[in-house]
Order: sequence, then structure tokens, then C-alpha cells
Amino acid sequence: ARRTGGLRAAREGRGGPGTGAAMDAPSAAGLGGADPQLQRFIEVETQKQRFQQLVHQMTELCWEKCMDKPGPKLDSRAETCFVNCVERFIDTSQFILNRLEQTQKSKSAFSESLSD
Amino acid sequence: MEGGFGSEFGSEFGSGGAGGKLDPGLIMEQVKVQIAVANAQELLQRMTDRCFRKCIGKPGGSLDNAEQKCIAMCMDRYMDSWNTVSRAYNSRLQRERANM
Repeated sequence: ARRTGGLRAAREGRGGPGTGAAMDAPSAAGLGGADPQLQRFIEVETQKQRFQQLVHQMTELCWEKCMDKPGPKLDSRAETCFVNCVERFIDTSQFILNRLEQTQKSKSAFSESLSD
Repeated sequence: MEGGFGSEFGSEFGSGGAGGKLDPGLIMEQVKVQIAVANAQELLQRMTDRCFRKCIGKPGGSLDNAEQKCIAMCMDRYMDSWNTVSRAYNSRLQRERANM
């Protein structure tokens, strides 16, 4: 059960890009020392940066998929493509996490029965 | 010291909070500025990469008028795209949180 703990945490929003609710309290605790205001600041900024990084990454990816020749404005077809692209990217990320968790579960059940 | 903010923060905050030699509020503002600068640089770097790929064919002796026009439009479209992605991702996050 401990083996999948990290994955479950990621799926519940403490790591994966699909939710962005990641607070990562353990990694922020070392920074900021005893000052709770600073600690909170670091948590908030870290989360904001995680969001920004993903926007950068998805913009690049979706640009390749959705943009032909840059025109005088972003037409509605391209805009729709970008929106779909973001949604499918998050879906992909969640799919991967879920499936990985499933295969981990079946593996640990197997190895547990072996060690008996 | 681990983390992306440098070791100077840890030691200076350890000694005295508001009464210490450095104002935490000021430092937080400076950090926010540095983060904003870093994000702008990242955006510019990726924009340059993508617009170079879209607008420059076989590199000539200089950027001709067509290439310059393309780059200008590309910059604007890249910003539009960035904003669209940002909005879409934000909506998705809010939807996910509402479903939790």
C-alpha cells in the first residue's frame, strides 16, 4: 500500500498537472524556517510557478498542433484547437497516472502472494 | 540549503522576523519581481524559438520584409495563444476543484 501512496497523492492533487492543488508542504517546510508568513508565501508562489510552467509547456505543444501560418488574428478554429489541446493534455496526464497506479497495484498483489 | 530561493533567505529570516535586519515584506516583493522577470524571459525564449521555426525558411543574409512581418504577427499570435491556454487551464483547474 505504501508503494502506491505517492501516486495516490499525485492523483488527489498533490503533484499532477491535472489538478494543480499541489501544496507540497514537506518541501516548503525546510524553506522559510520558523516564519509562517514566509512559508505560506513560498507555498503560494511555488504553486503559481507550477501553473505558469505548465502554461508555457502547453502553449508550445499546442502551438505546434494548432497553428499553421500566423495570421492577423487568432481565428476561432485555432482557438478551439488550443482549448481542446489543453483539456486533452490534462486528460492524458491523468490517464497515465491512473493506469500507472493500476499496474502498480496488480504488481504488488502479485509479489505479496509470492513472498508468502 | 535546498530550494530555489537561495541560502541567503534562510539565514536572514532565522534571525528575528520583523525586527531583523531585513524586511520580509520587501524580500517577498523582490522575489515576486524576479519570478515575473523569469517568466517573461521564458515566454520570450519559447516565442523566439517557435516564430523562428514558422517564419524563417532557408536563412539568408538578413531578415527580409516578409520574414519581419511574419515574426511580428507570430509574436502577437503567440501571446494570444498563451492567454488562451492560460484561461483554458485555469478553467479546467477550477472544474477539477469543484468536482473534488
